[in-house]
Amino acid sequence: MDLILVNLIDGLVTGLLLFMLSAGLTLIFSMMGVLNFAHASFYMLGAYFAFQISLALGFWMGLLIAPLIVGVLGAGVERYGLRRVHQYGHVPELIFTFGLALLIEELVQFIWGKNQMPYAAPDILQFTAFSIAGNSIPAYKIFMIFISVAIFIGLLWVLTRTRVGMIIQAALTYPKTVEALGHNVPLIFMGVFGVGTALAGVAGVIAGPVLGTFPGMAFVLGSIVFVTIVIGGLGSLWGALVASLLIGWITTFSKAYNLRMEDLLTTLGFTKPEAIADSPWRDLWSITSPQIADILPYILMVLILIFRPYGLFGKRDA
Amino acid sequence: MSDQITSEPTKPAQRMRAGSMVLPLAPWLIAAVALVVLPFIFTNNSAITIMNQMAITIIFALAYNMLLGQGGMLSFGHAVYAGVGGFACMHIINAEDFFAGLPLPLLPIFGGLFGMGLATIVGSFSTRKAGTVFAMISLGVGELIAACSVIIVAFFGGEEGISGDRTYGLPFFGVEFLQQIEVYYLIAAWLMISAILMYLYSRTPMGRMANAVRDNPERAEFLGYSARWVRFYSFVASGFFAGIAGALFAINYEILTEENLNTTQSGIILLVTFLGGVGFFFGPILGAIVFTLVQTVLSLQTELWAFYLGIIFVATVMFFPGGLAGLLMMHVPAWRMGKIGHLAWPYLKTLGGGLIGSLGAAALIEMVFHLRHASIGDHEMTLFWTTFDSHTVLPWIIAGVTTLIGFGICRATAPALVEAWNEANAAPKVAP
Repeated sequence: MDLILVNLIDGLVTGLLLFMLSAGLTLIFSMMGVLNFAHASFYMLGAYFAFQISLALGFWMGLLIAPLIVGVLGAGVERYGLRRVHQYGHVPELIFTFGLALLIEELVQFIWGKNQMPYAAPDILQFTAFSIAGNSIPAYKIFMIFISVAIFIGLLWVLTRTRVGMIIQAALTYPKTVEALGHNVPLIFMGVFGVGTALAGVAGVIAGPVLGTFPGMAFVLGSIVFVTIVIGGLGSLWGALVASLLIGWITTFSKAYNLRMEDLLTTLGFTKPEAIADSPWRDLWSITSPQIADILPYILMVLILIFRPYGLFGKRDA
Repeated sequence: MSDQITSEPTKPAQRMRAGSMVLPLAPWLIAAVALVVLPFIFTNNSAITIMNQMAITIIFALAYNMLLGQGGMLSFGHAVYAGVGGFACMHIINAEDFFAGLPLPLLPIFGGLFGMGLATIVGSFSTRKAGTVFAMISLGVGELIAACSVIIVAFFGGEEGISGDRTYGLPFFGVEFLQQIEVYYLIAAWLMISAILMYLYSRTPMGRMANAVRDNPERAEFLGYSARWVRFYSFVASGFFAGIAGALFAINYEILTEENLNTTQSGIILLVTFLGGVGFFFGPILGAIVFTLVQTVLSLQTELWAFYLGIIFVATVMFFPGGLAGLLMMHVPAWRMGKIGHLAWPYLKTLGGGLIGSLGAAALIEMVFHLRHASIGDHEMTLFWTTFDSHTVLPWIIAGVTTLIGFGICRATAPALVEAWNEANAAPKVAP
């Protein structure tokens, strides 16, 4: 029971981190109809900028400034890159963001090199918040949970309760009408893109010390983020939340509990072949759940796409 | 129906349509002769290795372009089909009894069939939609299979992959494929066969419908074609040729690892195809040749070659979405009017300036890289055949000034180039 609680917290941290990325991505998608392949790259840039700033000004200034820089960069990419490519159609847009992701990874390696950066959580958060049956929960994890929940509530409030949010929501559905009413729709698009990438930047800043700040960090998380918003339903904020938490918990639990395929197959009434070393099924028998934890989201995505192509909460297709 | 098309053979538009169904022979003959002659010009082994790599990439890129260029489907996981085809062939090579009765040149057919089989399974659910959804499914499936490669050790061989010996096959007219040059001709033959087949496929009604579905799926459905099935057939055909490329890879390198099917590989083939140009059949061929050369030549010179390639790729997407082939084909009207000569001198001035500027900028980038990442105390670097101290000011000034002058020339002469371009493409003036 205690172990379940610990894993719940761990999964929550992973899930909320994923959500910070997928929220921005799904907002940008519902706005421009294009998936930003470079989204995880902005997450990586957030971590690297925060590391560089934390060397001079400390962690907290990094948390404040790095997402702003990332957001401005993101807005610049929308203004001078995507808007230009938009005229060629959706596929070139997707290819553009893909190329951008490659370029940013190379750029990061060019500036900071290939090694992991010694980016660490601030000393003030380096203590054990509480412990459950001997498993200590570091304060930094609690801090991560609070930051992500605060951002989610803030985002929801802005989108549903403020005038700006209303205009954004209207611009998502009827951009032409909103433009006719005198709002600057391209500016709104640029702003949303900037905010979305800034959110990814925040995620990078707070995830960098835990998951490591290295040039491959965008690649590690990048495709999982896409999987998340496809499972949640493209363009749905709630779907992104549910799918993020689902993926966070599934991967954490399957890593924590060593379920073996052998036991499952035996329960189902199969008998293990005698000459297991020569059997073509030997890999099936030896699979354990920690081994496949990282590919479970992909399996889930394929299943969802086969049986419910719009995703869990999606209303429309791309 | 058919009467209507041929009822007025005098109309130029209809003549052109009829003409386009005929295979223009000349480029194919030239390509075939070139493939035969090339090993006599570049005789050393490393050149043949590069050419083998190039030919395999060409087949793969052409197969990829069946999806991207002709079908409008963007796949982020196409390396999987080539990889699985290659892995299957490796298992056939290792199945001694069966392989001893099979001539090696027939092996790619099996690779193609396995690639096609996997494409049939995946395509059955991934081709329901085009665009973003298709791209996402291809990415997910690609990641899934790439991740499986370390789990399903029996088929993928885990981290070290699987290897075999191609020479145990049934000798093919006495040739056992011990030497690189024999493998070259095998690959070249398959390159010709697959390229011709893919070209012919793009000329069939099926290939034409793929274009129609790419441009306007709704309208294609109104004409009575199922957009989904058209996409499915394109996908399966593309999987077949990707499998052939994978089989040739297996024959050439005799080893396959996880690297052959991961996302990086899929990304490279997208890059190659797009750089070459997706709008024309020969685009991917051009892309594969240029990319392989750049990769082998540039990667010997600089550590930063991937960085430069990334810049070129993003610039291509932003400014020349037609790729290299598109750039070349832009000049066809001027060529037809016999005015291409007018462009030569303005081009030389502007592009020459651009080249000087780019080299200067590259020098700056290399120096920054050296300054940041060379080991402490190591101040010497060699660039463009000169060795200097990267911590002194002079090289920086030289590189900076070169960059400025180069791009300055480029900018100053650009209006003249635009003028010459308009002049060369203007229709000949008709006397009133």
